[in-house]
Amino acid sequence: MDTTVTSESGENVWGGGNRPLGASYGKLMMWFFIVSDALTFSGFLAAYGFSRFKFIETWPIADEVFTHVPFFHGNFPMIYVAFMTFILIMSSVTMVLAVDAGHNMKQNKVILYLFLTIIGGAIFVGSQAWEWATFIKGDFGALETKGGRVLQFVNAETGERAAIADFSKTLPEDRVKHMSSEGVWYQEEGYKTSFSLNEVVEGFKANPGILIRTEKINEQGEKTVLDRKESLNRLKDAVRVVEGANLVRNEYGSRLFADFFFFITGFHGFHVFSGVVFNIIIFFNVILGTYERRGHYEMVEKVGLYWHFVDLVWVFVFTFFYLV
Amino acid sequence: MAHEHKLEIFRGLLKFKSNTQKIWGVLIFLSIVTAIEVVLGIYKPAFLVENSFLDMKLLNWIFIVLTLVKAYYITWDFMHMRDEKSSLRRAVVWTPIFLVSYLIFILLFEATYVFDVFRDGFLAWDF
Repeated sequence: MDTTVTSESGENVWGGGNRPLGASYGKLMMWFFIVSDALTFSGFLAAYGFSRFKFIETWPIADEVFTHVPFFHGNFPMIYVAFMTFILIMSSVTMVLAVDAGHNMKQNKVILYLFLTIIGGAIFVGSQAWEWATFIKGDFGALETKGGRVLQFVNAETGERAAIADFSKTLPEDRVKHMSSEGVWYQEEGYKTSFSLNEVVEGFKANPGILIRTEKINEQGEKTVLDRKESLNRLKDAVRVVEGANLVRNEYGSRLFADFFFFITGFHGFHVFSGVVFNIIIFFNVILGTYERRGHYEMVEKVGLYWHFVDLVWVFVFTFFYLV
Repeated sequence: MAHEHKLEIFRGLLKFKSNTQKIWGVLIFLSIVTAIEVVLGIYKPAFLVENSFLDMKLLNWIFIVLTLVKAYYITWDFMHMRDEKSSLRRAVVWTPIFLVSYLIFILLFEATYVFDVFRDGFLAWDF
């Protein structure tokens, strides 16, 4: 093969060893992995867009779902997610500084910046775990109708959301647990809500100041609030109480919303977690002087590419899940 | 390794003295963009919400454009795409852009159709 094809530079093309793209094998493969992973995430986000456009008039409003900040009470839409975005961008910066220090063969600086990157990643994963916990726990509670629509409650005077705990009656009733001996079917029972359907319904009837808010988004871009008469009418459709979220139902609205939340942020969180693990491995290698002996810090660069990619994906998740 | 870095952003409008300085400059730029997004997301100016272009609110267009701007600077300056050969750049960037644009077009088009079926068809789902 030696005599067949040669490149312009006179190098042997078929013998291997040349770099038409000017990047080493490892870096090139990392880029190709990133392309394929980007397509995976695009698939998720496009599927989210599909489901959202399909239910465009009833989709939950993210501003009203993600309103919590740890250690603070009150309504702070977007603030915590913005903080998480900033943490991730910051850790991207420390990573690129580590790569830069690696180019200049400054071992101690690489150690410092990699350490800061790992800390940033850990804060981000922790924040995401907290987001999940808050999302799963829920805050106001809602009713679900036979058709799977979610009915939320608002205070008629203030127009603010009302939690089912605020108006539900405590009735002297015993909840009978479904046992296998009492039915042909026996299904494992899920979580137990803090109020039964009857308690919420009776409490609603006794409190004229509470109205039902449906999933439907009106022309002002807000959820439709029914008047008292319509609310009482709509209440008849309710079949169960929903608190928080799981993969089957959630109190925020469309079931798909929670599914996509868990799936997309979960998949991204797993990427961040693996990124932190890679960073830790490389961090110890740097401390041990592996790359000092090897003569270059290209491994830091490759891990850095992955880390920046994770940041890049978050930029898109942030926009399409929380902002738009 | 590519030891020389291209040290200018905004098409040469802003030149940095060293790579480290450029990194901090890009960070400041990205932070400003994120801050703009968050402020717009919280206040939602009325004229951006009420007017739409191609069936989407102007506000959402702004978000998407700013996201692409951020993605560009993360890829170009943090991932050093600016310093790679143009062949590598094109292979990595245009492949997803082409495939994803196609996927988004086809899925959103289909979803709008399904929405119409749910709304206009003889199908009860809000009960």
